[in-house]
Amino acid sequence: MLQAFGLMLALVLVVIAATLFFAWRYRATGKALHQPDWDRSLAVEIVTWGIPALIIAILGTMVWNKTHALDPYKPLPGAPPLVVQAIALDWKWLFIYPEQGIATVNEVALPVGRPVTFRLTSEVAMNSFMIPALGGQIYAMAGMETRLNLRADTPGRSEGRNMQFSGGGFAAQTFAALALPEQEFDDWVTKARSTGTALNAASFAKLSKPSVADPVRYYGTVPVDFFAKRIAAHGGMSHHSGNEAGH
Amino acid sequence: MDEPTILLGRLGMQALPFYSWVALCGALVTVGCGLGFLALVTWLGRWRDLWSGWLTSLDHKRIGIMYVILALIMLIRGFVDAIMMRLQQALSYSSEGYLPPEHFEQIFSSHGTIMIFFMAMPFVTGLMNFVVPLQIGARDVAFPAVNAISFWLTAAGAGLMLISLVIGKFSTAGWTGYPPYSEVRFTPGVGVDYWIWSIMISGVGTTLTGINFIVTILRKRAPGMTLMRMPMFVWTTLCASILIVFAFPALTVSTAMLALDRTLGLHFFTIDSGGNAMNYMNLFWIWGHPEVYILILPAFGIFSEVVATFSSKRLYGYTSLVYATAVIALLSFTVWLHHFFTMGASANVNAIFGIATMIIAVPTGVKVFDWMFTMYRGRIRFEPPMAFTVGFMCLFVIGGMTGVLLAIPPINYSTHNTTFLVAHFHNMVIPGALFGYVAGYMYWFPKAFGFRLDRTWGLRAFWFWAVGFTLAFMPLYVTGLLGMPRRMSSYANPAWHPWLILAFLGACLIFLGIVSLGMQLWVSIRDRARLTDATGDPWDGRTLEWSTSSPPPAWNFDTVPLVAERDTFHAAKQAAQPMPHQPADSFDMPKNSVSGILIGLGGFWVGFGAIWYIWWLAAAGLGLIAATMIGRSFAEHTEMRVTPGETGDVT
Amino acid sequence: MTMLSDTQTRSKESESDFGFWLYLMSDAILFGLIFATFVVMSPNLAGGPGGRDLFDLANLTLQTGLLLASSLTIALAHHTAANGRSIAATVFWMVLTALLGAGFLVLELRELAQFVSAGAGPQRSGYLSAFFTLVGTHGLHVAAGLIWIGTLIVQFMLRPASPAVLSRLARLTLFWHFLDIVWIGVFSLVYLPELI
Repeated sequence: MLQAFGLMLALVLVVIAATLFFAWRYRATGKALHQPDWDRSLAVEIVTWGIPALIIAILGTMVWNKTHALDPYKPLPGAPPLVVQAIALDWKWLFIYPEQGIATVNEVALPVGRPVTFRLTSEVAMNSFMIPALGGQIYAMAGMETRLNLRADTPGRSEGRNMQFSGGGFAAQTFAALALPEQEFDDWVTKARSTGTALNAASFAKLSKPSVADPVRYYGTVPVDFFAKRIAAHGGMSHHSGNEAGH
Repeated sequence: MDEPTILLGRLGMQALPFYSWVALCGALVTVGCGLGFLALVTWLGRWRDLWSGWLTSLDHKRIGIMYVILALIMLIRGFVDAIMMRLQQALSYSSEGYLPPEHFEQIFSSHGTIMIFFMAMPFVTGLMNFVVPLQIGARDVAFPAVNAISFWLTAAGAGLMLISLVIGKFSTAGWTGYPPYSEVRFTPGVGVDYWIWSIMISGVGTTLTGINFIVTILRKRAPGMTLMRMPMFVWTTLCASILIVFAFPALTVSTAMLALDRTLGLHFFTIDSGGNAMNYMNLFWIWGHPEVYILILPAFGIFSEVVATFSSKRLYGYTSLVYATAVIALLSFTVWLHHFFTMGASANVNAIFGIATMIIAVPTGVKVFDWMFTMYRGRIRFEPPMAFTVGFMCLFVIGGMTGVLLAIPPINYSTHNTTFLVAHFHNMVIPGALFGYVAGYMYWFPKAFGFRLDRTWGLRAFWFWAVGFTLAFMPLYVTGLLGMPRRMSSYANPAWHPWLILAFLGACLIFLGIVSLGMQLWVSIRDRARLTDATGDPWDGRTLEWSTSSPPPAWNFDTVPLVAERDTFHAAKQAAQPMPHQPADSFDMPKNSVSGILIGLGGFWVGFGAIWYIWWLAAAGLGLIAATMIGRSFAEHTEMRVTPGETGDVT
Repeated sequence: MTMLSDTQTRSKESESDFGFWLYLMSDAILFGLIFATFVVMSPNLAGGPGGRDLFDLANLTLQTGLLLASSLTIALAHHTAANGRSIAATVFWMVLTALLGAGFLVLELRELAQFVSAGAGPQRSGYLSAFFTLVGTHGLHVAAGLIWIGTLIVQFMLRPASPAVLSRLARLTLFWHFLDIVWIGVFSLVYLPELI
């Protein structure tokens, strides 16, 4: 993609330079040739349509390939992905690990080297989930599931956040993204399981209340299908059946 | 909040801005300016002139000038919002800054709304109004009364916008008003309703403008002016008008549905009960993307006029420019999805919309080349409009490049919602659209008032704007690449801070640019004797508007010009011949009418009533609109016979 | 001088016709978008009733019949006026059109009121929001058309020979046919699939 940028930058610099040069060269106080009626030239026309068309043709091909190669929905190569379900709340993130049976608030851990599939939804306004150090963003919307595949290749700690303005606590709506080696990841899961409380209707209702800059929190148990039920609770955007669950 | 009452709806004392000193100051300045204007008119004893010369006038030139005045006022208001945001972000590293988040949110929402709907739209509409009939050799637009209605509906929307600062609060949902955040569950007050009704009401006015200008351009051209002899500005106005007629229904529908959700509890975009917020984003951007071209195509037209005139040369590649404009207009309907690549559509869909977006860069690039080759072998005079044009060409291509980058979905996943995006679209609308409007304002000002604007202050304005823009927005590209989201009231990342201080300094330079525009106007009015243009053709122009006097008579041309080629007026000057024209005759011109201002007032009542749930007021507004339209349809003798050169106006 | 004035009038009327066509185009897009929204929303019943549970074929047939008949009568009104026949006949056809249109509206309002009282108001579900908005927008257009007819009837009686009034009638006729076409869209996209 750097080539794309280079290609365009070259053209842009040429245009700027030529514009400034022409502006100076053909100034009224100068002595350059004046051809007031010259207003067409097939050669120039071919160049002015041809060059942009050529560049866009090259870029277009690249876009087609890269968009498919880097499709956030496409599972990444390697081990079978770890599934993490993320729910956007006002103004924090709840992460559920269905495999491990734990949930966390404002902290997400990824085992280094293993692909992770994030399944995203929202309980509130539209959010956009992003861990800039690992990849791009995807919207999280109530009653719907969107997906994002990421992989951490080196251990470390970075910040993830909601990128889509969603109200008063938006600026502080960040979470810690921990890329942990296998063993540390397992320890982290164990810690969450042992120190955490239960995620259930009551604790979720409490968590759902709007709050800003919440501390990290763990839930040691999570009901099966909690995520799916939260989506269904908001109509479960389905275009196949006319009869969804109401509230 | 108290229960709504019949008389005042949900309006009460709590609506007054005593909650924050910043809001209170804003309200006092707004009210003070309004009262000051009324006092000034009264003191000068000019109410009658104002009423019959301007407020009830159906003259497209007067309406155009009123549009531009409205735009300049709103430019100041929108800029105050902008510099307040820049100051907040310069100060709010690891602190709250001087604005609480909710206030900051109102400011970014009103800034965007004002700049798009009440600065850019009126500015471009004003220039279209003033210039197009003159350029096609017509005596007025096709529907002068409708034209006044359009203006007053726009003014009503702007009025709602301004009054939101004094009574109640404005939206916090940004200029795009995305649901479900903009639904009552998250934004229960009147703010989003102010946003909805101000843009919906002005949007109706804009739709009427679009219809009016299509008919005007296709039916009222002077004899001999074939389509391919029309000036570029007329072509771009035609394409923009077609876009308006096709695109604005989408804005009306999306905002009306949001209003139904909020006011009557429907479920178009709500989270529960089967709402679908994604539908809003599709509807909004089906309008929103063409809107970008509605704003920028006429600016391209202005640049085309300016570059040819001040290069003393025929416009290079006219045919190419016409086709490029038409292609851009057509393609603008095929790219709306690029505003939400991150919504999770399939790679095929994203790739197709990404490529479609890039294709627009081809005709746009052609245009830049054509302006370049117009300068080539020209004889360039650096009057302020030309300075803005050259500045535009240099800065705009940078925005074009970042636009193409944003159109690459894998890049967009990282840059979407960041200040990179903010920098990109400001790069399109400031050097692209606004520089064009300012160039047009300085270019046609002598036509409107009979004297030129001061050159020195004009060039100062250009340098402050160009350098200020660069300093204000290049840093935002950087912070965007550093991952800074847009709409942050405060932040903790030290890497962003120095760039945001630079951006604030850029905004200060832009402030000096606005001051220079004001100084230019002041100095020019003071020195109007020195700057007078008695010829009607101060720039050695090429198109028909320069063939009549400055200011032109109410009927534009005493005799209808005859067009034999693209630059007929220039050709006549070259041949040292008078402009060919039809024999003198009499014709009808529209009389003044109060219908425009009454319908605007009705629109304002409807909006204000719907915002505050004062239903009797909304009903009265609808009644006023209906009564005015019916009354107008009964009116006879709405025109007067004019015979130029005879005793005066009426015979 | 008068000849010039006639040309000017004629060109003005033709500009108005052209402008009105553009308005209709814009309005057609407005309806198109509401139709599209309806299609998107139609599965979103949120547990509420669907069209199958609500719609009444007899009422629909009657409504459609009235509107189609009114399209015929307004065409006759315009035909009569354009051929310079008696003002009385023109006014008669216009009044009949207005009555048919009003009848349509009454039936529509009655049906919608029934839905609301049965707990199937527009607040019930996304589907019903879209249904009420689509039908309601069409209904508002018909109501506006009725005000227009009323105004024109008066103008015909005051100024029977005015070319401006005749040209307004032509545009009203166009508008009325347009509403008819939209209704056929509503009929076949909203009602028919549920009633078959």
